[in-house]
Amino acid sequence: MAAERGTAADSLVGQVVLPGDLLLLPAHYDEDAEGERLRLSAGAAPQGRLLCGPGLRRSGAGLLVTTCGLLRHRPGGGGAYWVDSQQKRYVPVKGDHVIGIVTVKAGDVFRLDVGGSEPASLSYLAFEGATKRNRPNVQVGDLIYGQFVVANKDMEPEMVCIDSSGKSSGMGIIGQDGFLFKVSLGLIRKLLAPKCEIIQELSQLYPFELVIGMNGRIWVKAKTVQQTLIIVNILEACEYMTAEQRKQALAKLSGN
Amino acid sequence: FMQRGLDSQTKKQLEEEEKKIISEEHWYLDVPDLKEKESCIIEERSFLRCEDLVYGRMSFKGFNPEVEKLMIQMNSKCKEEEIEEDDKMEADVSDEEMARRYETLVGTIGKKFLRKRDQRALKDDDEDVDDEVEEGNSNTRPSKRAKKMFLKPQD
Repeated sequence: MAAERGTAADSLVGQVVLPGDLLLLPAHYDEDAEGERLRLSAGAAPQGRLLCGPGLRRSGAGLLVTTCGLLRHRPGGGGAYWVDSQQKRYVPVKGDHVIGIVTVKAGDVFRLDVGGSEPASLSYLAFEGATKRNRPNVQVGDLIYGQFVVANKDMEPEMVCIDSSGKSSGMGIIGQDGFLFKVSLGLIRKLLAPKCEIIQELSQLYPFELVIGMNGRIWVKAKTVQQTLIIVNILEACEYMTAEQRKQALAKLSGN
Repeated sequence: FMQRGLDSQTKKQLEEEEKKIISEEHWYLDVPDLKEKESCIIEERSFLRCEDLVYGRMSFKGFNPEVEKLMIQMNSKCKEEEIEEDDKMEADVSDEEMARRYETLVGTIGKKFLRKRDQRALKDDDEDVDDEVEEGNSNTRPSKRAKKMFLKPQD
């Protein structure tokens, strides 16, 4: 393969990148001796290390793009580059909070379907306040909100429902009723962004409860079945509606 | 196989022989050691650390009060650095009152743990003087202590 000359990462922020593109980082991160000299003379080098996010891989001189999408950059905290791509299929990642469905109860371990290539395993001791005598009341078909502890391509993913200090902090079995549906991963990230307009507008409508899993699953519960279905339809349609269309739809609803 | 009483010299000889045997059999790379490059780049596969996503469980308009409390807790944990809040919360009791209370509290609780002899001393003071207990104690204690010091038996 012919080695292509890379382009500077800064110039491509916000533009479409394709797999195989090589991004050159600014001189701060050069590991050669020349880079060091540059670093000293260029004044303040950014503190901390550069975060190379999903869709990018470190390769020798710079970063290699592995998925197609828009290149994003965050300057704070040492800087981060990642590729914003659209996907429907979830790949388990360590630390992600997801909604899983219990499929099998095998002795001490539950198998959850998280939408990945393998079912994830969850031990019955991984709940807050669970001991060998005091087992959590989990049945097949229950919804569980937890986070991944082990998630790589070589091993079966494992989940837990407690965080590092032993507290559940909202994780565990999701209660009765409610509606579970699937959306694309890009919409999930949009919804979870700080100050998301969709969520803010929806929260003005009715009281309701929402659990968003990074694997594309959303669980909604409101007081009546009709309200729940309305929220579900809005969230599903949000992906393809523009902001004005969404506001019109919500205005119609709140008028009724 | 380390035998006691071996001279250091014989030990050295043994070690050298061992090394020779080992080095002939061992395979080793003839390449100079690669300089360990300190990488400035961390690879991360999760969007969570890149984008500052908020917590996934949400509740609105009081549907689930526990989840709403959680929301405030989790989201404030992430944004602690950015938001500069007044650390001083509204106190029910003012600082001066607290100091006064604490002063007397120490005395009363301290009395509870005094030994019997000291308690008797306290009682005497209370009958004699109407001053604060602490002052009374400090006056009489040295004299009591002087009396109770160890008297060396005279041979």
